[in-house]
Amino acid sequence: MKHTSQMVAKPYFIAAIALFVGQILFGVIMGMQYVVGDFLFPEIPFNVARMVHTNLLIVWLLFGFMGAAYYMVPDEAETELHSPLLAKVMFWIFLAAGVVTILGYLLVPYATLAEITMNDLLPTMGREFLEQPTIIKIGIVIVALAFLYNIGMTILKGRKTVINLVLLIGLVGLAVFFLFAFYNPSNIVLDKLFWWFVVHLWVEGVWELILGSLLAYVLIKTTGVDREVIEKWLYVIIAMALITGLIGTGHHFFWIGTPGYWQWWGSIFSAMEPIPFFMMTIFAFNMVNKRRRQHPNKAAVLWALGCSVMAFLGAGVWGFMHTLSFVNYYTHGSQITAAHGHMAFYGAYVMIVLAIISYAMPMLNGRKAANSMKAQVVEMWSFWLMTISMVFITLFLTAAGILQVYLQRMNGDASLPFMVVQDKIEIFYWMREGAGIIFLIGLVVYIASFFVGRDQPEAEMPK
Amino acid sequence: MSQGFTKSMARNIFYGGSMFFFLLLLVLTFDTVKSLPQTDNRENLTEQVAKGKHVWENNNCIGCHTLMGEGAYFAPELGNVYKRMGNSKEAIIAFIKFRPKNGIPGRRSMPQFNLTDDELDAVAEFLKYVSEINNQNWPPNIQG
Repeated sequence: MKHTSQMVAKPYFIAAIALFVGQILFGVIMGMQYVVGDFLFPEIPFNVARMVHTNLLIVWLLFGFMGAAYYMVPDEAETELHSPLLAKVMFWIFLAAGVVTILGYLLVPYATLAEITMNDLLPTMGREFLEQPTIIKIGIVIVALAFLYNIGMTILKGRKTVINLVLLIGLVGLAVFFLFAFYNPSNIVLDKLFWWFVVHLWVEGVWELILGSLLAYVLIKTTGVDREVIEKWLYVIIAMALITGLIGTGHHFFWIGTPGYWQWWGSIFSAMEPIPFFMMTIFAFNMVNKRRRQHPNKAAVLWALGCSVMAFLGAGVWGFMHTLSFVNYYTHGSQITAAHGHMAFYGAYVMIVLAIISYAMPMLNGRKAANSMKAQVVEMWSFWLMTISMVFITLFLTAAGILQVYLQRMNGDASLPFMVVQDKIEIFYWMREGAGIIFLIGLVVYIASFFVGRDQPEAEMPK
Repeated sequence: MSQGFTKSMARNIFYGGSMFFFLLLLVLTFDTVKSLPQTDNRENLTEQVAKGKHVWENNNCIGCHTLMGEGAYFAPELGNVYKRMGNSKEAIIAFIKFRPKNGIPGRRSMPQFNLTDDELDAVAEFLKYVSEINNQNWPPNIQG
């Protein structure tokens, strides 16, 4: 680690992992509620558990992105962070806001939360993923602006690299598109239309720039491949991500009261959205094959390669499966959507954050380049446990989804009501819950990897 | 990638391509907003419907249900629930009103939200309004 200010990344990473644990615990609770309907009812109704599950995911990924930026940007810019103090202050503000929000969800009925946070003054609550009280949303904007200022000033005074620039564009986009969260008209069609300007333009737009930048950074560091080559790849990948993904937004505008022409725009462009993910896979494996050095941190390389593969499968393949409008007509809002959501988020965003944590944490803990072999072996076990169980979660949800679509939507006059179908496909929900518990075990193993082999020497650079 | 294809070409594709398609997205969005009056049923968007949307939001209905296919997949689609319940606001109101406080043993159950009569009417009015939006005939059948 060249710059001491990179140390501010550490609390961000620790908070990210802690909130990740919370996310998975509530995921397991929800999985149980799918099969034992009254589990924890009425104390933790499903909608509350789901808010906690999805909001924790978003918050911990944001912690991960911020930590990654604080670690990577000074290193790339070859200068100290503009203000480590601001980064530390913002850490505590963001953490406090996150914890208060989650406690609010859990401790009072949502309507009460809306009332005491005066949602009526500027109603923004009660929309999927944007459930946070308005005052918290304003806090998020302030934290994001302070963070952007800090990162921007650092980049401005230091060496300008493509990797830093792409990250900055992604982060600015993240902040700008979040502003649509404050637009909530009474017209539900308009509401839904612009809600996607946050949700789609985040996860199928600017977040892909962040993903590409972080992946390129980890690959440069661990493979020693020429920067020129990596930067060229990065440009092409993010170009394809936005060229396909911007108009690809249209695949959300099929059935929400918007004009029919979106079925053409949305189908054609979103059908190409797998291309950048496929290129990312080719890119990652190519760079590792052409490596000029053997990096002792094998776990970080594994996360980076795994990320490229799982992002392609989850976002690319599982997204393509139901993105064409004539398919989506039947699959829209079914367990197929849930299957895709799980693997895409895990593959693209969870794994890139874990990759950068895996790369950076040894240095943040005072190691030269990598953890001991023992710690790495445990970490790689957790990689396989979490990744394989996520594959099975996705497969079981896909099976449930196919049956659901058939029984509920494609069976003519004999199509069955929602709850009847849910009972019929229960077996798949049980198996999903089993896979979810294995994921949780994988996460426990992951955390254990930070505590084992600490007294052992660093893994050697292989000859 | 081959030597003929340089980094600056890649960069230009990124900036040019994203700018172009972002502008195209804006143009299409503008056109969509302009043509929404034909589909979004705004002539029936009354005060009571707007109030119903707040009741819908303030109780986080989207945390279990889908509305026009968006939301959570734990409970039935509600974009067409007005039609599924036989074009009856009263049926919707009665369903919400009489949810048992402690749920149904072993089954998924909707919480008891203790809505006032006015809130019940508003949310039912909102669901009626949504069911009359022209959304390309989705869902495929009445089951949602």
